[in-house]
Amino acid sequence: MNKQLQLWIELSELQHRYVHTLDNDLLEQWPDFFVEDCRYEIVSKENADRNLPAPVVLCRNRRMLRDRITSLRHANIFEAHTYRHAVSGLVITEQSDDEITAVSSYIVINTGAAGESTVYQAGRYEDTIVKADGLWRYKAKRCVYDTSRVATLLATPI
Amino acid sequence: MQQSTVNPNLTDDQSISFPQADGSEVPYSVFSSQEVYEREQDRLYRGPFWSFLGLACEIPNLHDFKSTFVGDTPVVVTRTADGFSCWVNRCAHRGAIVCREKHGNAASHTCVYHQWNYNSKGDLLGVPFRRGQKQGDVMLVGMPKRFDPKEHGLQVLRVAEYRGLLFGSFSADAPSIDDYIGPEMRPWIDRIFHKPVVYLGCTRQYSKSNWKLYFENVKDPYHASLLHLFHTTFNIFRVGMKARSIPDSRHGLHSLITVTKPEVDSDTAKAYQDQGIRSMNDGIQLQDPYLLGQIPEYEEMCTNQIQPIFPQLVVQQIHNTLTCRQLLPKGPGNFELVFHFFGYEDDTPEMRELRLLQANLVGPAGFISMEDTEVTELVQRGTVRDGDKHSYMAMAQDAPEQTNSNITESLIRRFWAGYQKAMGY
Repeated sequence: MNKQLQLWIELSELQHRYVHTLDNDLLEQWPDFFVEDCRYEIVSKENADRNLPAPVVLCRNRRMLRDRITSLRHANIFEAHTYRHAVSGLVITEQSDDEITAVSSYIVINTGAAGESTVYQAGRYEDTIVKADGLWRYKAKRCVYDTSRVATLLATPI
Repeated sequence: MQQSTVNPNLTDDQSISFPQADGSEVPYSVFSSQEVYEREQDRLYRGPFWSFLGLACEIPNLHDFKSTFVGDTPVVVTRTADGFSCWVNRCAHRGAIVCREKHGNAASHTCVYHQWNYNSKGDLLGVPFRRGQKQGDVMLVGMPKRFDPKEHGLQVLRVAEYRGLLFGSFSADAPSIDDYIGPEMRPWIDRIFHKPVVYLGCTRQYSKSNWKLYFENVKDPYHASLLHLFHTTFNIFRVGMKARSIPDSRHGLHSLITVTKPEVDSDTAKAYQDQGIRSMNDGIQLQDPYLLGQIPEYEEMCTNQIQPIFPQLVVQQIHNTLTCRQLLPKGPGNFELVFHFFGYEDDTPEMRELRLLQANLVGPAGFISMEDTEVTELVQRGTVRDGDKHSYMAMAQDAPEQTNSNITESLIRRFWAGYQKAMGY
């Protein structure tokens, strides 16, 4: 198979496994998609377009990702809900021997306790992916969301 | 804005009755009634109050502008050669929104509908075909001869700046901004805005609940350690902390809550257990507690300063994260909350990074704030019916002079007493 196509399939597979953990309450596995020295960020397009840094979520290592989940499981109070991510438009934008950058689009449909499903967030992933111990992992994942108003609150990661 | 434009349906509003003058019992209908909402737009947002528009550092250059709201009226605030200007974002011609961008830079603003053009102060500059047009030998007439552009500018609001905070008012009766903020609140605004600030962006949150439920929430220190379990779970919020709960003396609508670390930081986990409070989870720890740290930058080491300035602003310092929360009503059952983040111009890179990391604590995904909109929505849903029934807020009612407590509802009562007066209830 064309090597470039093979790479695209591998990154696509990574992405699908990533959203699988978020959509199926496997949150404890979510940090494992990142290398220890990573950066994860959820930021509005409104800020990103103006080069303003204020995030909704900002983690600068994998321990902070684990803390987010610990807090969700043990401390924070929010309505039971389920996400369904739809991802599309994965494009590799840069690649070197040890690092790849890629962008893609996502839509998150959220279903709350009343059973109503709504488009909770639409946005763009900006990813930096590296190979660690033979596996692709995220070194950076930036979720730039178009849906400028966050409905009620954001508990589960994107 | 004249007060006489009250909707006739509102002049004889017998449906709202507060059982107590001290604000301790609030009829649930004020959270969902359209009539109450209309009256608020008239009496509060058009009344003798100052509504927060934004930070001056959001629009640092000449002719920078931002679109925002006073109540639910769309307005634009812009930096002019001699200060700031604010006008209703509604063309004097046919009522269309003139400025369609959230922010930008423009010396003049043109309505797209018929290209009526206004300068940054809202004065009408140009009307296409005002003087008609010659077509062959025939002069097609334009606007009437009596048409005077000076009479057709955009509706202008008063603008006041206090230490880089911008406020707008429709009312000629609003006092000076210094008097409005008042002697109890000013030192604490001055504390945060003691040197030049820089804008770091905003996050927006939309809640299906009434704006006053959020105002109650920021005047309610009683809930902090009970609802926001992040504190207790990770042993941050300590019972022995020194507190302030201070209302302003003018109308009680503004207030201040502070929490200050005790000099000796003792472990008071036992105090929580003795009270039988949920979740003092021994053994659950953060793997990277750096974001719970605080770099000293003020004389007093407050971990929290929560300061609502009625009706649209909450100044907030939590550890080293600084925001101005802008509270915008969107009908009786909805509000938008905009967290405007800022830092100081002279922040070190380390301090700037910490401010951004601590954004994790606040805002829509905030470890210690995400529950706030959850509970305002629970109240909204719980009070949908039986509008004449009321809440009951009596914590620390027997000690109105006590301003050093975090287990008090005194600030909420003062708020509702002030609200009753402002609304004529």
